[in-house]
Amino acid sequence: MNATTTQQTTPATTTIPSDPPVKMECRDLSVFYAEKQALNGVDLDIREKQVTALIGPSGCGKSTFLRCLNRMNDTVDIARVEGKVLLDGRDIYDPDVDVVELRADVGMVFQKPNPFPKSIYENVAYGPRIHGLARGKDEMDAIVEKSLKRAGLWKEVSDRLAEPGTGLSGGQQQRLCIARAIAVSPAVILMDEPCSALDPIATAIVEELIDELRQRYTIVIVTHSMQQAARVSQETAFFHLGNIVETGITDDIFTNPKDPRTESYISGRIG
Amino acid sequence: MMVALALIALATIAYFTARSRSVALAGGDASTLHSRPVYHGFYAFFWVLLPALAIWLVASRIADWYISSSLSERFSAVIESLSGPQAGAFINDAMTLASGGRIGFPDDDKIAAGEFVAGLQSAAFWLVAALVIGVALAGFFYAYSRIEPRKRTRQAVERVVRYALIACSVVAVLTTIGIVFSLIFESVRFFGRVSVFDFLFGYHWSPQSAFEGAGASTADDNSRVFGAIPLFAGTLLITFIAMCVAAPIGLMAAIYLSDYASAGFRKIAKPVLEILAGVPTVVYGFFAALTVAPAIRGWGEVIGLTVSSESALAAGLVMGIMIIPFVSSLSDDVINAVPQSLRDGSAGLGATKSETIRKVVLPAALPGIVSALLLAVSRAIGETMIVVMAAGLAANLTINPLEAVTTVTVQIVTLLVGDQEFDSAKTLAAFALGLVLFIITLALNVVALRVVQKYKEQYD
Amino acid sequence: MTDPAPNPAIAVGAATDDRAARSTRTRKRFAAERRFRFYGLAAVLTAFGFLILLLSTVIGNAIPAFTYNYAQLPVELTNEKLTPENAAEFDFRKTVHAAQLSLFPDISDRAGRRLVRGIFSSGTPIVVRGEVAANTDWIGTRQIIPVPVSDDADLYLKGLVDTDLPESQRNISDAEIALVDQLVERGLIERQFNTIFFTNGASREPEMAGIMGALIGSLLTLSITLLLSAPIGVLAAIYLEEFAPKNRLTDFIEVNINNLAAVPSIVFGLLGLAVFLNFMEFPRSAPLVGGMVLALMTLPTVIIASRAALRAVPPSIREAALGIGASRIQTVFHHVLPLAMPGILTGTIIGMAGALGETAPLLMIGMVAFVVDLPAAVTDPATVLPVQIYMWADFPEIGFQQKTAAAIVILLLFLIAMNAIAVWLRSRFERRW
Repeated sequence: MNATTTQQTTPATTTIPSDPPVKMECRDLSVFYAEKQALNGVDLDIREKQVTALIGPSGCGKSTFLRCLNRMNDTVDIARVEGKVLLDGRDIYDPDVDVVELRADVGMVFQKPNPFPKSIYENVAYGPRIHGLARGKDEMDAIVEKSLKRAGLWKEVSDRLAEPGTGLSGGQQQRLCIARAIAVSPAVILMDEPCSALDPIATAIVEELIDELRQRYTIVIVTHSMQQAARVSQETAFFHLGNIVETGITDDIFTNPKDPRTESYISGRIG
Repeated sequence: MMVALALIALATIAYFTARSRSVALAGGDASTLHSRPVYHGFYAFFWVLLPALAIWLVASRIADWYISSSLSERFSAVIESLSGPQAGAFINDAMTLASGGRIGFPDDDKIAAGEFVAGLQSAAFWLVAALVIGVALAGFFYAYSRIEPRKRTRQAVERVVRYALIACSVVAVLTTIGIVFSLIFESVRFFGRVSVFDFLFGYHWSPQSAFEGAGASTADDNSRVFGAIPLFAGTLLITFIAMCVAAPIGLMAAIYLSDYASAGFRKIAKPVLEILAGVPTVVYGFFAALTVAPAIRGWGEVIGLTVSSESALAAGLVMGIMIIPFVSSLSDDVINAVPQSLRDGSAGLGATKSETIRKVVLPAALPGIVSALLLAVSRAIGETMIVVMAAGLAANLTINPLEAVTTVTVQIVTLLVGDQEFDSAKTLAAFALGLVLFIITLALNVVALRVVQKYKEQYD
Repeated sequence: MTDPAPNPAIAVGAATDDRAARSTRTRKRFAAERRFRFYGLAAVLTAFGFLILLLSTVIGNAIPAFTYNYAQLPVELTNEKLTPENAAEFDFRKTVHAAQLSLFPDISDRAGRRLVRGIFSSGTPIVVRGEVAANTDWIGTRQIIPVPVSDDADLYLKGLVDTDLPESQRNISDAEIALVDQLVERGLIERQFNTIFFTNGASREPEMAGIMGALIGSLLTLSITLLLSAPIGVLAAIYLEEFAPKNRLTDFIEVNINNLAAVPSIVFGLLGLAVFLNFMEFPRSAPLVGGMVLALMTLPTVIIASRAALRAVPPSIREAALGIGASRIQTVFHHVLPLAMPGILTGTIIGMAGALGETAPLLMIGMVAFVVDLPAAVTDPATVLPVQIYMWADFPEIGFQQKTAAAIVILLLFLIAMNAIAVWLRSRFERRW
């Protein structure tokens, strides 16, 4: 666990007063689908209570990378992961780690809103229930209310918690999925293009929400939209063909990209 | 039975005890546990149930073996004085008496043997019961002592569940193995008495005249009465008649429903065909024997033909009706799989709809249709009840559809229904016929599925 | 392209004589089109025709069996040996014969007496015993008890006997007809709903034979089938669809299941005979073994339907559950399985319907037993509805022919009900993702 030796190339000029501590570190992370390599030995630090945006053209490996952070790739039979991912200094690919506990710590929000076809209440309560976080109905009610409030959905649904979650609008569904992820009190939330299925107004609301959530959670977001990355993230990593080309403070990357590929992507020449 | 109930009760108690124990260990705050209390409960449940069940199975086998061996030892004098089958009957009767049943010719020896067995059995019962309960309790205490808040109980329980899932999916494989082995095992015994060649290529089938007993001449005699060619010919004749009915009607119906019929008509017609497919075969058999066969016979008389009352024509005709929905739904699938672009291309050249179907759609769908027909043939060959009820028993070698013929399935049923000794050449012959039936239908299915898969890949 | 008008685009620029030839050819082509279309329609209608013929034959034969003619028999229950305690075992033959003769006081010779007995069912004493055992306060009194007439008399009363035939060619003689007619004139014959048919077990007498035994047998057999094939099938489907790694073994299991679905049912009967009866020594003719054989037979159907239902649940649901830290087993049992349940149930019911109509494999394991007593346990000898139909269809009496048809109607009603439930489930809970 000699994490400090492999320092990441962070620009000296920083807009943040002091660097927040590193929450997750990835070291030489490679992913293979059968014989095809999708990620070629990637290194990245994810800082606590920051929004880290992963950008890059489609098929560049950013979603694959994201799914490594809570071992969702385990569910794909043909996927093989090499390298290390440390969460608070502990390798999550250690055979000793329980993937279920890991996913309670590192929650995930998916591209398409995927509420369970159950009531709004049950959607949020499911996670705390399987992890045994609530003793009795009152505590559960409190968790559900708190999570829905943090996801900015409480006002809209407080009077119809028993209605099916699938009956909400797309933006509301996505916020419900965020509430569901929050309910198990994770430290990190992974978001895989959370706004790609939403209209601009719903997108704006979710983006504001992400900015708010930063106070409590470490967030990693995959996005296709440059503007979104610029608006919500503090740090950005640019992926290209399975490699990380450039990482750094978001403002720096967007105003002063070092790598020509980053520049062409940001200016819309590749993508 | 009592042991089973006791086990279940014990396992249930273990479940609840372990569940509350885990909560207590966590100081009442279940969220600090690695696994939910439910999993700790199931952990103990499995530890009580599974080892005890295994021990039960093994111990009761051993007990049975011990009882029967000590019975033959104790009464060896009696048994040796009896001839082979009688000795077996003696042991069976003793077992029956011991379990409180009645037997045909009780005598002192048998009653004594029965009491001997009953004594052993009750001792064995208590021994096995004590053992099983003991193991169950041991399992419980082991599981109980291993409850710890950070223990990965969920993984352990889920591993058991996963093994159970695997075991269930292996049942299907075991069924196939069971079929293959039981058919081959009995067939080998049959071919020990009748040569394979005589069976497959003999022209004379009359198992009723098979001679049972020892002697060199038996095998020769039996070889002459177990020639299955008339059965194969009869099966083929009836299958052929059935396909003559089912293939054109089923295929044309599929074409009409997929390319011509209005949506409304299709909505009615498809369920109607499904009803035809859902009618039990015994009903078709009744229909064939009661209505169709006499009707055909009547028409035959009108035009001066002698028709057997169990004619191949009647059975084949009704079997054809049964297969119509099978053919039509399978062909419907393959016809619909032909891309619309092919139809459009043909129509764009000015072809009429029927020309498009005949010259473009059907040739394109041909492999699929052939495999559908093969599956239908396999279904017809294996069909039993219609032929049992409407076809004859006499093994005539004929291609005249107005005469009675018999089929492989009819003979299997005839040979095996009723009380018969399991060792006779007659019953073993049924398994040999079953093996032939199994191989032929399997081959047809494998070929048909292969063809249809190739065909589907072509248009995917 | 069904437009009968010749395509003008083709005609443009064509030579004049060519045009005439073309229009003849076009006409021919459209005639061929109409013929082809007609063949298709004819094929569909032929299939319909067969179904209608089949159903009308069955129903036409079945209708008479649902009612039966009962004669009002005045029975003197004054035998001093008859007590409320022994009523259920008492031999009522003498009492009944006396009562039957009392209806015809002018007959006294032996032949005449036999004739009188012949127009009543030979099961009359049993019917009377049942009635008296249920009403012990009747003992010591004279009661009018409706008893079934003989099956030949019943057929005559239903108008199903051709009286124009010479006497030797029918089962009921002129003298018997005269007696029956007398009873009708005196208003002693009443046609009622045939309760015997629905409450009795098997019998050699058509009028005493009922389907209750077979129904219970079917129920017991099907319960065993359901208890075995539903859980095993669903769990196997879950493993293959949700957990199984893609390897040779799973491929083999898959191919195996597909082929098993097409194995003739009689082969499963042979398996049951060789393995369950001869090797494992389970009891013959028992619903337990029948249920096990049918379970193996329906297993592929259940597995295939369940896998399709599981596959229809979108992966996003699985990801959602996994993403908040549910284990794979929790994901399947909390989310995927409940969502797939309607499809699984539909498949299971259709599999069960197939098992209910199955006959051949049960013949192999001896479920053709002639069982008079109603089976009470899964290890009792029993028969099932389709096998009962098969056995009755073999009996020569016309009365049994109608019983057979009536039993078929009952069987079809059960099948229709099961399929209707399946269709309802499908439409009620079907979810489009």
